[in-house]
Amino acid sequence: MEILKGIGVSPGIAICPAIILEAEDYRIPQRFVVRKQVRAEIQRLRQAFLDAIEEVSQMQGTQAEIWDSRIKDIFAVHLHFLRDRSLRKKIADLISENFYTAEYAVSHILRDIAKHFSQADDAYISERVHDIYDIEKRLLRHLIGKRQEEISNFSEPMVIISQDLTPTQTASFNQHYVKGLATDAGGRTSHTAIVARSLGIPAVVGLGKITQTVASGDRVIIDGTQGTIIINPDESTIDDYKAMAEEMVEHETALGELASLDAKTTDGTKIDLLGNIEFPHEADITLKKGGDGIGLYRTEFLYLDIDHEPTEEDHFQAYKATIENFGDHPITIRTLDLGADKFTHYGHNIRERNPFLGLRSIRYCLQHLHLFKTQIRAILRASVFGNIKIMFPLITNIMELRQAKWIVEDVKEDLEEEGIDFDHTMQIGVMIETPAAALIADHLANEVDFFSIGTNDLTQYTLAVDRVNERVASLYTPAHPAVLNLIRQTIQCAHRAKIDISLCGEMASDVEYAPLLIGLGLRTLSLSPPMIPEVKKVIRSISLDECNAIARRAMEFDTSKQTINYLREEIRKIQDAEA
Amino acid sequence: MSQELREERIVKVQHKDGLHMRPAMQFVDCASQFGSKINVYKEEQCVDGKSIMQMTMLAASMGTQLTIIAEGKDAAEAVEALSKVIENELDEV
Repeated sequence: MEILKGIGVSPGIAICPAIILEAEDYRIPQRFVVRKQVRAEIQRLRQAFLDAIEEVSQMQGTQAEIWDSRIKDIFAVHLHFLRDRSLRKKIADLISENFYTAEYAVSHILRDIAKHFSQADDAYISERVHDIYDIEKRLLRHLIGKRQEEISNFSEPMVIISQDLTPTQTASFNQHYVKGLATDAGGRTSHTAIVARSLGIPAVVGLGKITQTVASGDRVIIDGTQGTIIINPDESTIDDYKAMAEEMVEHETALGELASLDAKTTDGTKIDLLGNIEFPHEADITLKKGGDGIGLYRTEFLYLDIDHEPTEEDHFQAYKATIENFGDHPITIRTLDLGADKFTHYGHNIRERNPFLGLRSIRYCLQHLHLFKTQIRAILRASVFGNIKIMFPLITNIMELRQAKWIVEDVKEDLEEEGIDFDHTMQIGVMIETPAAALIADHLANEVDFFSIGTNDLTQYTLAVDRVNERVASLYTPAHPAVLNLIRQTIQCAHRAKIDISLCGEMASDVEYAPLLIGLGLRTLSLSPPMIPEVKKVIRSISLDECNAIARRAMEFDTSKQTINYLREEIRKIQDAEA
Repeated sequence: MSQELREERIVKVQHKDGLHMRPAMQFVDCASQFGSKINVYKEEQCVDGKSIMQMTMLAASMGTQLTIIAEGKDAAEAVEALSKVIENELDEV
């Protein structure tokens, strides 16, 4: 049993076998099994050989016509190696003599062979090294678990262990089977954290070296509430955690009863709680959790999930599917926010020295008008089915906003000419997620229908902290007085201009900030759907006056630590009073 | 036990790229058709002629001298056929 401490970013408990993803380099640590496990380990090895043979044979069968004879030869050679008893015996002997894991033994023997080849004088022979590495990888893939592309094919409950997860990977998760996530890298607002919260599964990030500590198939407990991982727990630990997991489910059920109640303060002020979603199916979760609409519909998944650029129809169908269950509830669609940490499959990727300050988001769209117009057309077409708003991310100057609005007008004209219906009064808003935007909020307010404060990027850009770099992640906090001041200022500008304002960062998912945000004047929060009941519960047990007082006090501190401690203390008081 | 036959022959690798993957594979395939035990020597190094891993590890380049030793009922036929593989009398595509 081994316990690792990381950052818990999505609450809950999962007890499952682990699958390690993205072991592309396959640097296998020297690890041992106990004597009585040697036979089982050799059996695993045998199975890996059989599976690999099956895999190559199948490839030969299905793709025979498209391969030229050279490639056929390569696979024939692989098959010969895989069927070579003396190779398998050599590896099995190493396991039984040294008690190595099958992974390590495979890697050891095949690298030995490879080394032998690479030292040969004959260039042609030394080239064989690549074949050997190929065979090694194939075997390890079968030993370690499934291939990356096959994440979607997992058919048993498991937790996923990885260095970090890309949006592309998470997009292909089968939610029925992925029960928890744990990564080496990442912080509270990393993609892994966001995905885990929206799926409602526990996640721990920033673990440093978990991918090197856990082997695929190890039983693992992920405690996303405490931020701990327990590898190969003993029976009594498992029992303890099972009991805790049950308790949490009961708590959930109690919160579930809140779903049908309004998020009103004790004096009757209504707060709209909306969901941040990425995938159409999350819209249902939002409704189930008692959300009043969608405050942030991220559309990047459309670009990450498939291998071609999404067509207007791809967009349209996704938006329509999301709207259909929503009646009059508002849905705010954010236009493409690609770049920086999110990349597409099909190119456009030029390595940038500083991607977060580079060609991303609205900047990217304004340079790729075809792609931008396609999305806007689809949003406008979908607008007849419900209450849709459009929102531009990462605006830093008013010209970007004007350009984006011209393009919307352009597309509207096209649609009119083609006789295609759309909502002529569709609202247009901007995200306030850079210090620049917050500081020119009064100008921006004159030209939009609403603001949405994106606290993740706003915090990152204000504090100059990369939120996914675990070495500086501790400096990242929206409670920094600079961030809070920008938020307050933005809210005041919106109020003066009488336009709508909401806040849609991870900050809104954190119950501790709810009284402060309401006290600063917000009446709409958009958050991770599973967190809606928790936040609603807090709102229902506090008055507007109390919120105002908390906000006044919180804005007086000069360190984020004091602010956080104060807010935490206030929340504890509220929760204790409830219990 | 019937009497074990033993056949031995010294051959030279004629493939210009040495006994690389493809000819090694042909050799192993050919050797596996026979019941005899097949050993191949390169100087002191002795390997199992039915194992592709071991055969490729010989790293026999063009001109290398190998000794094929077959033991079993079909030893003579085996050595005859295997010599042809090594001496590149089979078609190389």
